[in-house]
Amino acid sequence: MQYPQLSLLLEAGGILACNRHLTASHRVPAVANYFLTGEIMQKEKTHATAIELKGITKTFGSVVANNQIDLSVRKGEILALLGENGSGKTTLMNMLSGIYRPDSGSVLLNGEAVTINSPEDAIEFGIGMIHQHFKLVDVLSATDNIMLGVKGGSRWLKKTRSDKIQEISRHFGLDISPEKKIYQMSVGEKQTVEILKVMYRNANILILDEPTAVLTPQETKKLFDILRRMKAEGCAIIIITHKLNEVMEISDRVTILRKGESIATVETAETNAHELTELMVGRPVELSIDRPENGFEETLLEVHHLTVANEEGFEAIQDIKFELKRGEILGVAGIAGSGQKELCEAMAGLLPVSKGAILYNKENIIGKSPEEIIKMGISMSFIPEDRLGMGLAASMGMVDNMMLKTYKKNKGPFVSRKEARELSKRLIKQLGIVTPGVDTPVRRLSGGNVQKVLLGREIESNPNVLITAYAVRGLDINSSYTIYDSLNEQKQKGVGILFIGEDLDVMLELCDRIMVLCHGKVTGIVEAKTSTKEEIGLLMTGGSGKEGSADA
Amino acid sequence: MIINFLFAAIKAGTPLLFGTTGEIMTQKTGNLNLGVEGMMFMGAFVGFFTGYKTGSITLALLAAFAVGVFAALIYAFLTVSLRANQNVTGLTLTIFGTGFAQFFGERMIAAAPDKSPKLPAELVAALSEKAIPLLGDIPYIGKLLFSHNIIVYLGVCIAFICGIYINRTKAGLNMRAVGENPAAADAAGINVTAVKYIHILAGGGICGIGGAYLSLINGGGVWNNSCVNGQGWIAVALVIFASWSPVKAILGSLIFGAFSVLQFYVPKDIIELPNAFYIALPFLITIIVLVFTSMKKSKEGAQPAGCGINYFREDR
Repeated sequence: MQYPQLSLLLEAGGILACNRHLTASHRVPAVANYFLTGEIMQKEKTHATAIELKGITKTFGSVVANNQIDLSVRKGEILALLGENGSGKTTLMNMLSGIYRPDSGSVLLNGEAVTINSPEDAIEFGIGMIHQHFKLVDVLSATDNIMLGVKGGSRWLKKTRSDKIQEISRHFGLDISPEKKIYQMSVGEKQTVEILKVMYRNANILILDEPTAVLTPQETKKLFDILRRMKAEGCAIIIITHKLNEVMEISDRVTILRKGESIATVETAETNAHELTELMVGRPVELSIDRPENGFEETLLEVHHLTVANEEGFEAIQDIKFELKRGEILGVAGIAGSGQKELCEAMAGLLPVSKGAILYNKENIIGKSPEEIIKMGISMSFIPEDRLGMGLAASMGMVDNMMLKTYKKNKGPFVSRKEARELSKRLIKQLGIVTPGVDTPVRRLSGGNVQKVLLGREIESNPNVLITAYAVRGLDINSSYTIYDSLNEQKQKGVGILFIGEDLDVMLELCDRIMVLCHGKVTGIVEAKTSTKEEIGLLMTGGSGKEGSADA
Repeated sequence: MIINFLFAAIKAGTPLLFGTTGEIMTQKTGNLNLGVEGMMFMGAFVGFFTGYKTGSITLALLAAFAVGVFAALIYAFLTVSLRANQNVTGLTLTIFGTGFAQFFGERMIAAAPDKSPKLPAELVAALSEKAIPLLGDIPYIGKLLFSHNIIVYLGVCIAFICGIYINRTKAGLNMRAVGENPAAADAAGINVTAVKYIHILAGGGICGIGGAYLSLINGGGVWNNSCVNGQGWIAVALVIFASWSPVKAILGSLIFGAFSVLQFYVPKDIIELPNAFYIALPFLITIIVLVFTSMKKSKEGAQPAGCGINYFREDR
């Protein structure tokens, strides 16, 4: 493999730039090809179909994940794939990337029928997938991850190998440190590595599975810029997302899946969020979130001068102070890693507190064990970035997971599953959890359903304080609203809720007050009713906070 | 005295080095093979038997390597293709290998003149310690480093080659990725099954040579039914001590070799400890090492994250 000189690259870039000014009907395919061959690819018409799926069916045991799905995406187009949790989006895309094989149906690549038997085949066909759960090796560097499995070239790992990576990064305005290890990276950086990995392999069909679920608004904007650039250069892009505003912003067309079937494909310009939701859910859905008022006034929880060091000894929470009233939803906003996780863990008794006090009904809970804290009525549900992490045992069924919190109530050495089984069945009904049965291991459930199980269990334990982190992370609209309703129901009962969230639009509608964290400090607590997204965004980066001077 | 002691430590540490290197190759690709003891036993018998019958050192080592590969193939088929539990499969392989060597060892003893199978003289000569010309003449160092039997050098070479392979080649990178996160490796277009098979088999072969060392060298040319005697288990522990680096395994096996020969070099008139203590010493140290290494928290130099877990692409 030989790399062209930089000048040649610039030239290629120039040609591309020109191309963009040409009539829309003539463009070149993915720029990445230039990096490899330096040849000018034959010009092809845009709007030619890049990949087409016809009658794809896939079953897992008795569950039909995909049923006769049709889908096509054109060159130079961004297609959004929309559907509720468990509607079969990820399964479908996994078949394109060679992870699963379809039971029946055909895949047409540039009009020709192909069989994708393995990820290796998919790479060869120029299909690159950015998985929701990143497929990266933690202990390896960015470069090693990008180079992984690349065929040809020298057998030895070389120091100079990052040249091409840097050229691609420069071209797409990506920013990474090539020798940084993955486990030291933020979620945004990891995603950048995934994108580079795909570009390095000259992919011209790009699939992104919920790429914005864990990104900050700024990172999302950056990602969309990159996607637009790729689109302009002729890539076909499929993006799976639950956020309707993003669908409206980035896509050209939308294909909607419901319960494993392709329901409709519409032009984005000719539709709106309401219509898409209706298509997705199958019935009209109200898109505003309630914020019920109630008469509770008493303070439930007071936090004074709380300082918490994380596992590495770094002070992740510094001297924060806030109070939570009965019947209030207090939002916690902040860029990922601003101390949200540590705050949760300190309140649940999982992390030792270095300084300060947490008063619950005037009683200090610091120094109490997690079990004592739960007994006092403080309950936490933390949805980690990879979802299955804290709170659920992945290979156990719903019933056993329910019992994790309640088995101690049983007297004697034996456990009784009866209550837990009934609770599981009730939750399935109430929250609309899709599962083959109450004893199916929760890791088999789709991500959104896993979340419902966790949150449902926490709410069912009748807490007085409910701490919920990223409760709707990656959830579809319908499920999200079910969860907002459950939270409001708890609020009306007088439960104080600490809602750690990501989506500012939602927080502004749902929460009573919003506390903003930046680098472990509180930069402001605002009234949600009167605040704006911009104000909170500024506080998140430490912009108008007095203590934010150290931040960029 | 010190030189003699270290010399003996190198000699005693070499089989551990083979076992450890073999197990590192296996674990780096994401499989924990507890059958090292069994593979070494099989290598010990087959290596000895081939040497006994043919008198050729090359054939003896090749046969030991081949039987190690064969044993590892059983393990790989069960764990990689059939996705059987790795721990159970490995333990079973240890029981099988030990039984295999002792069963055929007994038959060999019964068939041998004066019930004592001895290696042919020319093979014993080929396996004897010889000073390398010139280098062996250097005072102290010559004796310490350049006057060993040929298998010692082979072991050090294999360890270095494996170290370079793992860290400096693309194939090694692919192998590490498979061991850490097979799903990521798979998505990157690496054939996970093939990579696992290759390295499990190679690792088994290396363990087999380690076994042959024990029967050919340490037995003094006579077959002994318990020649491996727990060395395979120490090798498994040494993998952790060496933090999954074959080059560090050289140092580790030297230290453990030293413990196992310590009893012959401690002046009896100064410190008198029961023999049983010295025999237990390497195992005691193993436990202490495990306690200390498990306190380490760094992500690097740790067990590959995918170790012990079988991979199935369509698993959810």
